[in-house]
Amino acid sequence: MFGLGILSGLLIVPLCGAAFILTLNGDEASVKRNARWAALATTIITFLLSLVAWGRYDASSASFQLVENHAWLAENIRFKLGVDGFSMPLMLLTTFLMPFCIGASWHSIEHRVKEYFVAFLVLETTMIGVFCALDLVLFYLFFEAGLIPMFLIIGIWGGKRRIYASFKFFLYTLLGSVLMLLAIMAMYWHAGTTDIPTLLQTRFPAHMQTWLWLAFFASFAVKMPMWPVHTWLPDAHVEAPTAGSVILAGILLKMGGYGFIRISLPMLPIASQEFAPLVFALSVIAIIFTSLTAMMQTDIKKLIAYSSVAHMGFVTLGLFTLNEQGIQGALFLMISHGIVSGALFLGVGVVYDRMHTREIAAYGGLVKRMPLYAVAMMVFTMANVGLPGTSGFVGEFLAMMGAFKANPTVAFFSVFGIILSAGYALWLYARVIYGKLDKPNLQGILDLDNREKLILAPLVALTIYYGVHPAPILDTFAPSTEALMTGIRSALSNTQTAATVLPLAR
Amino acid sequence: MPTVQSVLPTLAPLLPEIILSAGVMVLILYGAFRGEKSVEGVNVGALLLLLLAFFVVISQAPGVKVTTLSGSFIQDGFSKVMKSLVLLGSAATILLSRDYFQRERIDRFEFPILVVLCTIGMMVMVSANDLIALYLGLELQSLAAYVIASFHRDDLKSTEAGLKYFVLGALSSGMLLYGSSLIYGFTGTVSFPGIVSALNETNAGFGIVLGIVFVAAAVAFKMSAVPFHMWTPDVYEGAPTPVTAFFASAPKMAAVAMTVRVFIGALPDVTAIWQQIIVFISIASMALGSFAAIGQRSIKRLMAYSSIGNIGYALIGLAAGTEAGIFGVVIYMIIYLAMTLGAFAIILSLRRRNEMFDTIEDLSGLSRTHPWVAFLLAMIMFSLAGIPPLAGFFGKFYVFAAAIEAKLFTLAVIGVVTSVVGAYYYLRVVKIMYFDEPKAPYEAMAPGLRIVLALSSVVVILFFVLPAPLRGAAEAAARSLF
Repeated sequence: MFGLGILSGLLIVPLCGAAFILTLNGDEASVKRNARWAALATTIITFLLSLVAWGRYDASSASFQLVENHAWLAENIRFKLGVDGFSMPLMLLTTFLMPFCIGASWHSIEHRVKEYFVAFLVLETTMIGVFCALDLVLFYLFFEAGLIPMFLIIGIWGGKRRIYASFKFFLYTLLGSVLMLLAIMAMYWHAGTTDIPTLLQTRFPAHMQTWLWLAFFASFAVKMPMWPVHTWLPDAHVEAPTAGSVILAGILLKMGGYGFIRISLPMLPIASQEFAPLVFALSVIAIIFTSLTAMMQTDIKKLIAYSSVAHMGFVTLGLFTLNEQGIQGALFLMISHGIVSGALFLGVGVVYDRMHTREIAAYGGLVKRMPLYAVAMMVFTMANVGLPGTSGFVGEFLAMMGAFKANPTVAFFSVFGIILSAGYALWLYARVIYGKLDKPNLQGILDLDNREKLILAPLVALTIYYGVHPAPILDTFAPSTEALMTGIRSALSNTQTAATVLPLAR
Repeated sequence: MPTVQSVLPTLAPLLPEIILSAGVMVLILYGAFRGEKSVEGVNVGALLLLLLAFFVVISQAPGVKVTTLSGSFIQDGFSKVMKSLVLLGSAATILLSRDYFQRERIDRFEFPILVVLCTIGMMVMVSANDLIALYLGLELQSLAAYVIASFHRDDLKSTEAGLKYFVLGALSSGMLLYGSSLIYGFTGTVSFPGIVSALNETNAGFGIVLGIVFVAAAVAFKMSAVPFHMWTPDVYEGAPTPVTAFFASAPKMAAVAMTVRVFIGALPDVTAIWQQIIVFISIASMALGSFAAIGQRSIKRLMAYSSIGNIGYALIGLAAGTEAGIFGVVIYMIIYLAMTLGAFAIILSLRRRNEMFDTIEDLSGLSRTHPWVAFLLAMIMFSLAGIPPLAGFFGKFYVFAAAIEAKLFTLAVIGVVTSVVGAYYYLRVVKIMYFDEPKAPYEAMAPGLRIVLALSSVVVILFFVLPAPLRGAAEAAARSLF
């Protein structure tokens, strides 16, 4: 329609939903009700549309598919969309999680409902855009545009320190990103285009790669977030409303990893190899240090936020091993963490809606009043620990296998992360779910209602399903990973030959 | 023996200026005879004159490059775009001022006339092709501007603003004259093409450097770039708000156009001399604009510092000195004009009965009382902060891209870092509107304000959907200078 394809449709549908909600009028109760249903309908339609896109997608090919190309900013800065094995699963994850976020906000958001859902739908467009963009400027546009709705979501509907958290989130990420913008421009002047498929074939000179890599690293490391620039995340998570936390942990954190796999690794392979030790060091520090930090938290959300940083450490570790297992593991972990951490935050939201506190000490013995809740949280906690049979295991295992191949010392230290994660996650579970139900205000707490069952059940199912049968996701990643590895190997071997030939030629 | 045609200058390129000059004389007579009863008519007349001149300017054929008046006046693609901006800025000022002046009871017919006179001066500045014409245009613009700065003549702050502007402005005009005389002395000509052929890297001596420094100081003053910015916050705050909107829009366009004319039109071969001056001015403006705005309480002062910072960003393109750089400057100014006018339309609407509000705290909770106004102001603020997909991002994108192309990496990195600092205070405005508790609602917006706000919001929010028309105009403007 209008020369636009299905990916443009995925960008436009949420915006149409947002526009519709904006026009809602009438008495307050009916506006609230209609806004909720309209948002839910929009996100479900978007999800179905993304399934249609998935149906048209050929998972055995590594090339970009469903490509759309329209004139835009300049001759070689175009409005170009397309998906490949890296972006398709992440896009599906985005559209899949959105209806859950809307569902989780059903009763917990009571003031300024209209604006809330508008912000969420705009956010969905920008997230889908990041994963579909095949032009660096377009990628940057969506990457940054998401800050605006997220800033408002944290700042308007967040907790007590929401203003501090929203400013910190915004300025931290912006500072990282602007350097990436300069790198994009440098690439533009070097290659004459910001078209991603063309840039993937471009060989940048080694000295230029170093600077470009650092600039992109500044952005993706903050977004990821990697130690030591992770400090915005716990604040943002704690203050954001439940659905905001789900999106932050589930999708926004994946943008950093996606940036590495889309830009840093394939376009700047020499610099990536050069800086791999730095990334390893930061990842291992993140894994151990933030796991220890997580253990000492008294706030449930903060604990999960720190555990996210630790898991992202595994992702960066896996990506920069520069071998198939490591990269496949990192990608799988991104998807798995998207589902599991999103589910954990939804789980925290369930009890927060009832008790309005996130203090671990305020809970205990919930299993006696909420058996279903205890089961669901058990599955997610185990997946967070990386227990075999849950989706968390596959990714961490592959990433560590890759790390062992690349650098056994690094792999050795990263194992501590798994042990520590078992420590904090199980301890959290024990303190919240088990123990004596002696807090007077917990005596009357109710188990999951139908809405919450509907939200948590699919996530439980997927966590276990992908734990025992990870092939669908891994197979989708595989062709693109192979193509990436071939590209990296040829680039690296070229430079090695150049390095050995040059002295002789002199 | 010369024919009549060769002696008499061709007047066609001057048509917009002639229309405005003749029209403004009629308006003065009308105003003088009808007295205070003529205010409405003079306002409408001035608005129509500006719009007529605007249509004459944009109907100019593309790619034309004509000089007249013995080569001292040039009409080209660059003058076409910059004059359109100047005329739009002035027309918007008249729309913005009506309601305010009526309510403040300083509704006099001189205001639109002075705005039109000022506009004629600005158009001469944009089209100047020698140093004398440049000075003439600048003085006509400045004299009219000094008067309207103190237009609220019973108000202490307004008169102070006018006086301050006059004293410092006269000083800067002196510097421009002194610099021009040095350049004339060392090159033997005042015409820009003449200076181009007389100067090159090897023969540019110390005298020329001194002349360029003085001229740079004068134009920096007119653009309110650091270190010649001191007048800006005080004048912006003291002048009546519609006048502030005017100073922040049209004269900025003209000042930047004049700067580009002098440095790219007359001094393209001695880039090495002036590039470091522009780089310094640019960095200093961006830094001061970002850091000094943080502590401001008055929106007008905030906008003053914001305009200083924005000039710094625009100058990045000039510092690059390339076609891509000038393209960046032009597109930055187009977008900056839209953002400024939109912001001032909202500032002028903060009124309850007969009281104007102009501190940032007065915006508190605006998103509840006036959701649409708050939304548009938030978009303008995000745009000023340079967040995509809003127009301000693309303005910054093109100037930074030019800086990267010219290998001015330090300048670009400092620029983006200060833009993050600047984002803080723009975000603070959004925070106050969206996160804080609401105050009593303001009165409905006057129709003039609505028109200006609607037009500028379209540019700010929808630029990314259809960038081609504005991009094409800016490209043509930049091409005509090289």
